[in-house]
Amino acid sequence: MTEPFVSVDKLVSRIPDRALLALPKDSSGVPMAATRALIRRGVRELHILCVPVSGLQADMLIGAGCVATVECGGVGMDEFGLAPRFRDAVQQGAIRIVDSTCPAIYAALQAGEKGNPFAPLRGLIGSDVQRHRDDWLIIDNPFAGEPDPIVLLPAIRPDVALFHARLGDRHGNVWVGNRRELITVAHAAACSLATVEDLFDGDLVADERYVAGTIPALYVDAVAHAPNGAWPLALTGRYDRDRRALGDYVAAARTRAGFDAWLARHLDADTVAA
Amino acid sequence: MNAAATTTAAATEEGDGAASVATLVGALLPMLLEVRTVAVGANSPIPAAAALLAEEVSGGRVRPMILGSDRYGPFSDGGPELFDRAGQGRIDVFFLGGGQIDGEGNINLVGTGPYPRATTRLPGSFGSAYLYFVVPRVILFREEHSRRVLVPKVDFVSAPGWSPPGVRRTGGPHALLTGRALFHYERAARRFRLASVHPGHTADEVRAATGFAFDCPPGVAETAAPAPGHVALLAGPVRDKLATIYPEFARKRLPAP
Repeated sequence: MTEPFVSVDKLVSRIPDRALLALPKDSSGVPMAATRALIRRGVRELHILCVPVSGLQADMLIGAGCVATVECGGVGMDEFGLAPRFRDAVQQGAIRIVDSTCPAIYAALQAGEKGNPFAPLRGLIGSDVQRHRDDWLIIDNPFAGEPDPIVLLPAIRPDVALFHARLGDRHGNVWVGNRRELITVAHAAACSLATVEDLFDGDLVADERYVAGTIPALYVDAVAHAPNGAWPLALTGRYDRDRRALGDYVAAARTRAGFDAWLARHLDADTVAA
Repeated sequence: MNAAATTTAAATEEGDGAASVATLVGALLPMLLEVRTVAVGANSPIPAAAALLAEEVSGGRVRPMILGSDRYGPFSDGGPELFDRAGQGRIDVFFLGGGQIDGEGNINLVGTGPYPRATTRLPGSFGSAYLYFVVPRVILFREEHSRRVLVPKVDFVSAPGWSPPGVRRTGGPHALLTGRALFHYERAARRFRLASVHPGHTADEVRAATGFAFDCPPGVAETAAPAPGHVALLAGPVRDKLATIYPEFARKRLPAP
């Protein structure tokens, strides 16, 4: 059941330690205000599933010591360079890395939303990505008349999906627009939590213009109103990335001490703002 | 205003001897004009510029699909749609890079040294472990042309350049473009063949900077200069469009009209 609207801190209190937590890619509405709240609450040993990639969000959670496992197609900061805390943590063996590939994460979530045990996917065979995935199986396509190996991916059902959406209404519906992979994630996840940028005065499900890009309240467990909630990342159609803040982060987070100082500064700012 | 001259000025910012964006885009253009659907991944401004130029030059027959752009990502079904379309064989060209690329066309986007505790960890394989198998013509693009990048054998195979018989594969490497040269990939031989060297570079220099063996025909050509009309398009409509996706790149490395 939806309980709109809660505070961001209350929202993230629903994310337990060791949860399998699905994170959106940078262009799909990254819940940065909620991420700072999650770090403030001191969550530990998360298994973060990047859908299918991540950047600042994963890097901050890793740097803050919240993460045990990262499963991803990639973690990077685009033109700002490598994700410094991710890179350090993997190089030092401080986190477990489960390398995947973007369409494998999508396909496994689609299997999860259907309640299927697995999804097949072409490609992969002979890559070291596949070679290091003991949980993936290769079988022969049972419909082919000749040997035709294909990879089977076990379904993924995240414990929690957390994302930042453009609109939320008082019924608990959340509009993600063209970020439709978030609808798949919400279907597959046991629990979905959203922060929303703006409030929609109406019913998103009842409006034909919005319903195709709406996650119905049925799947949404709690919503928080978080204006500017993706900052310093972009929210498509609403605001651009804060390039200066991202550049500052990458420069500061090259060292552990630099990251800690940057984090302290930003977590404090957020608390004051809240 | 002489657009070609400005291109050269912009290129010198990247260091002496670096190929200009116009040269690189000019080298890509003929390969893109042969097809209809060109997809470009995130953080790839030069391939994106080439795809947008191909759209202009072809009068819209070549269709660019640029990740990270709403306008040039003509999809309405979220992140999986590009991969779904590629799986059907409906993406003709895709670009991949690599922290390491070897002579058989294997690419490494994961890291150097041991796995998983890499010496230098890179972001990850992204869609390569899939797209390399299903996109008919994958163009490898990496500006840095050095023995550090072009290695005898990659440390981690994000995606293999070829697959044994029996593994279904409808795609793979087509060409490799660097800041020094253009190679074509010979699928039967599983090797690269030097196609042309960019102005100011030589085959000997390319050989010295390449960590893997490749075929080198005698008297290899120089990469053709882009047509003046194409340079003008690059400085005009392509630059304007690219600025909506990569503002910094468009400002620093593309010529102004």
